[in-house]
Amino acid sequence: MPTTFSWLTVIVFVPLAGAVVLFVAGLLSRRARDSVWRWGALTVSAAAFVISLAMLTAFETGRPGFQLVERASWVGLLNFRYTVGVDGISLFLVLLTTFLMPLAILASWKVERQVPAYMASMLVLETAMLGAFVALDLLLFFVFFEGLLFPMYLIIGAWGGERRVYAAVKFFLFTMAGSALLFVAILFLYFQAAAQLGFGTFDLVQLAQLDWSGEFEVTARWLFLAFFLAFAVKVPLFPLHTWLPDAHVEAPTAGSVILAGILLKVGAYGLIRFNLALFPEASLYFRTFVMVLAVIGIVYGAAVALIQVDVKRLVAYSSVSHLGFVVLGTFAGTVQGMSGGVLQMVNHGLSTGALFLLVGMLYERTHTRDLRRLGGLGRQTPVLAGFFLVVALSSLALPGLNGFVGEFLILAGTFVTNAGFAAVAAVGVILSAIYLLWAYQRMMHGSLPEEQAQHPDLSIREYVILVPVVVAIVWIGLFPKPFLDRIEPDAERHARIVEMEPAGVRAAGGE
Amino acid sequence: MIEFIWLAPALPLAGAVVLLLGGRPLQRIAGWLASFLVGVAFVVSLLALIDLLGFGARERTVALRLFDWISVGRFHAPMELRVDPLSMVMALTVTGVSFLIHVYSVGYMEADARFSRYFAYLNLFVFSMLTLVLANNFVVLYLGWELVGLCSYLLIAFWFERKAAADGGKKAFIVNRIGDFGFALGIFLIFAHFGSVEFSQVLDPFAEGARGATPALPVGTATAIALLLFAGAVGKSAQVPLHIWLPDAMEGPTPVSALIHAATMVTAGVYMVVRTHVLFEASEIALLVVAIVGVITAIYAATSALGQDDLKRVLAYSTISQLGFMFLAAGVGAYAVAIFHLVTHAFFKAAMFLSAGSVMHATHGEINLLRLGGLARRMRVTAAVFIVGGLALAGVPLFAGFFSKDQILTATYEAGRTGLWVVALVASFFTALYMARAALLTFFGPQRFEGEPHESPPVMTVPMVLLAVGAVLGGLLGLSATTGLVHGFLSPVVGEAGHEPVATGLPEFALVLVATAVALAGLGLGWLVYGSGLIDWAAVRVRLGVLQRALARGWYVDDVYGSVVVLPGKVTLAFLAYVFDQRVIDGAVNGLGSAFGRLAGTGRRVQTGLVRSYALVFLLGAVALLLFVVWRS
Repeated sequence: MPTTFSWLTVIVFVPLAGAVVLFVAGLLSRRARDSVWRWGALTVSAAAFVISLAMLTAFETGRPGFQLVERASWVGLLNFRYTVGVDGISLFLVLLTTFLMPLAILASWKVERQVPAYMASMLVLETAMLGAFVALDLLLFFVFFEGLLFPMYLIIGAWGGERRVYAAVKFFLFTMAGSALLFVAILFLYFQAAAQLGFGTFDLVQLAQLDWSGEFEVTARWLFLAFFLAFAVKVPLFPLHTWLPDAHVEAPTAGSVILAGILLKVGAYGLIRFNLALFPEASLYFRTFVMVLAVIGIVYGAAVALIQVDVKRLVAYSSVSHLGFVVLGTFAGTVQGMSGGVLQMVNHGLSTGALFLLVGMLYERTHTRDLRRLGGLGRQTPVLAGFFLVVALSSLALPGLNGFVGEFLILAGTFVTNAGFAAVAAVGVILSAIYLLWAYQRMMHGSLPEEQAQHPDLSIREYVILVPVVVAIVWIGLFPKPFLDRIEPDAERHARIVEMEPAGVRAAGGE
Repeated sequence: MIEFIWLAPALPLAGAVVLLLGGRPLQRIAGWLASFLVGVAFVVSLLALIDLLGFGARERTVALRLFDWISVGRFHAPMELRVDPLSMVMALTVTGVSFLIHVYSVGYMEADARFSRYFAYLNLFVFSMLTLVLANNFVVLYLGWELVGLCSYLLIAFWFERKAAADGGKKAFIVNRIGDFGFALGIFLIFAHFGSVEFSQVLDPFAEGARGATPALPVGTATAIALLLFAGAVGKSAQVPLHIWLPDAMEGPTPVSALIHAATMVTAGVYMVVRTHVLFEASEIALLVVAIVGVITAIYAATSALGQDDLKRVLAYSTISQLGFMFLAAGVGAYAVAIFHLVTHAFFKAAMFLSAGSVMHATHGEINLLRLGGLARRMRVTAAVFIVGGLALAGVPLFAGFFSKDQILTATYEAGRTGLWVVALVASFFTALYMARAALLTFFGPQRFEGEPHESPPVMTVPMVLLAVGAVLGGLLGLSATTGLVHGFLSPVVGEAGHEPVATGLPEFALVLVATAVALAGLGLGWLVYGSGLIDWAAVRVRLGVLQRALARGWYVDDVYGSVVVLPGKVTLAFLAYVFDQRVIDGAVNGLGSAFGRLAGTGRRVQTGLVRSYALVFLLGAVALLLFVVWRS
């Protein structure tokens, strides 16, 4: 593949361009407008996935640093550039996004209200998320990062459940609060660059060269915290997680899938891409602090999940726990922890995305998510139950499925430097078995309550949604090598930033 | 044939996948297909063994790399199999017993609506168990380890419409996870210390006659690693204090109890300790802990078995107790003896379980000893198999269990652990006693069961008889701890049999006599109470009511867990979820938010949900800020 082809720009803007085209097409065919938008959105998002697969062939395995970089001057006066590129950290997040979007759109097939607006929101959201993962210019990143908010806010607030407005506003305010600080910090960096380099810039690579020693050491720590707060809300890290259960419970199925599957990763990704890369010294300084929050989140999220009766809330709290693993691994300072953390972002997107898809399918049948009122579905809908079990096992990190590869690497990589943190975090692995198997038993085992009618097993559309996810879950579980090989070089580069001397060096270093 | 050993796990895996995806159309052939594949896996293992015997005794370790699995930095966990005497003994035991139990299941599960799913799970189990025993690094071992746990869960909860079955499956998985927590930490510590998780780097350098330098292993590290690994073994092999899941696992179909919860899976912990014995050897404390946990479990479960009225629960506690004996053997350094007892136990306990299944088959599920009786007249084969298995279990001379258990007792005594030896003797007295009670109440005396029980069909009785033959002749595999076939074969892996005896007060002959006398005394007392008619056992039972209830509930261990761990845990969680999370954290964050909102004078609008205006304010603010800084610079 010639590197001159603008892979990333095409992938990022295909959904947005598709939305524009569909808008015109919808105007032309008013009678079939909803179908045009449904099938059109599906086609567009599937096309983005196919292109991103092709992009994978242009990505060179084993080379650290950014690839497929594109640069264009945008606002010349401010030296604000359009710069995009991928490395091992972001590569599979791009693929995860393009992989989940068609499935989320398929899962929205039964949305009847305001279909064009809904599908347009989804496509705009996809562009914003993809842009956030590939932007190498801080202002560009910020545009995409903020661009996420409105479509997501709309999807929760307009197509959500009963308390959707409350949940949507809460979601909006939480993230907005973080964004405000992030914006100030980005501007500060611009002027710091102007002072140090002689020219103001938002370019990530150039900003990473800034010298924060001496009098600026404290400044860097404040900036670290500003970035950290913005991303920690998104992850979400304990104790900033309380918006998440509300948002999930009220969001429509596809909204939950995207929120848990992709959007949360923007936070964890931001911590690696910006906090670690821009403020190495501050990252090392706050390393223990961040890891403590992560470990608390792992155990706390799992513990609170144990007692939920709304299965969506249960999965939401499990996300708090699982994302804690991601952050723990990324700050462990070992290549195993970092690689595991990056892979675990993908794994969590697949397994939690699939859990929300399945919960949506259950809800369409039983019209309840209350675990106390469910039961016996294993007999009535054995295939649905089977899929649910596989996904739950993936989520509780059963070896042979994807979740294990990520969590095991994270814990092994953390143990080498901080055995105590790893030991406490591993309690989360026990707890995840308890809450998931408990929920599974409540839904699938026993006999069906009498008021529940006969429910059909999976439809063909539902098979089309679930089979790809399960294939990916098994594939990463058994053959993670193609993933890990592409993640590792950049994981090592970033892990070194928070590397502890000298305890972990012997076991964790490269060959 | 060694290079084809991967077929042994691969064939049952293929069977599981085909049967799960194929569903109903395969219903009719599912049983025989699954049995056939496991039979082939047995043959493959046998051929590999024959190949292996062609090598010199010191060269009998072959590694077979299938593909790269997880590999990051120095962390390498390839999908790699290990063919050596220990893994072959395990593979043959697993596939051999599995094959017979598959065939038996064709008859036993005949009428079940989920017939093909049953065999899919059973095949998946054989795959997982073979992965476990053939693994050549700790991560693949852990893979098999957790997958057998999954199969156990699926098969205990096979009849998930029943709450007890669903609960039992879940409990098994969760309790095992608690043990696996330790196991996983042990693996991490191994990686942190050795920089590797591969047996070739961690275990082999310690073997006798290994080339190259032996890695440093401080006693403290060795103790920590060994005890963490042992935590996993305690969970998987149902040792005190994590034994509570195994009695409840009896809710699964009886062939499953025979295969997974008696003959194979639960012995994985013993296998793991033997496999990693070089790490235990480096720490005297660790070995002593293994021996003590083993002997406590042996006596605890043997007494508990005496109080059970459910025949399967008798056998479950018996299994826990026998596993304790195996750990005792490992704890005193008699690794080959531990594996030998594992093998003989697989035969006689599987035979007894299948016999119990045959009883249930005949009585439409009645399994309560108090409501059985007199079945020997109607079911001669079943009764004979059970009694043969029971005599082997009790340790009556010339039956397989006699040799293996006697070697455990002797090894304990000769290791200088006289105290443990005495406790183990008491446990073996109770073993003979509960065994006599179970056999006599089930098969002899008056029939307390309404109906016409009938002998099971040949598809069930033939595997039972074959296992019973193993329970009789299995002793030939290891007539003595020094010259036995199994012991000699295993010695390159586990070291030469017979550490120099520490205690030599009693000659070996006397030790055998004592052990035999104890076993016969237990049987005799059992006969006196439950078989002779001279004693009204029902009256004794009422008179000893308090003790009887304590034994029946396994000394109330489960009840204590319920009130000390589970209940307070639930209260704490409820507080966390409903008060702390929603009032304290959410309240604090919301409060902070609205305080800032009011500060900015937009509080009221925020609360009315006008996000747009908030966003507008934000945008204007941002632009103003930008202009400000641009102007300033």
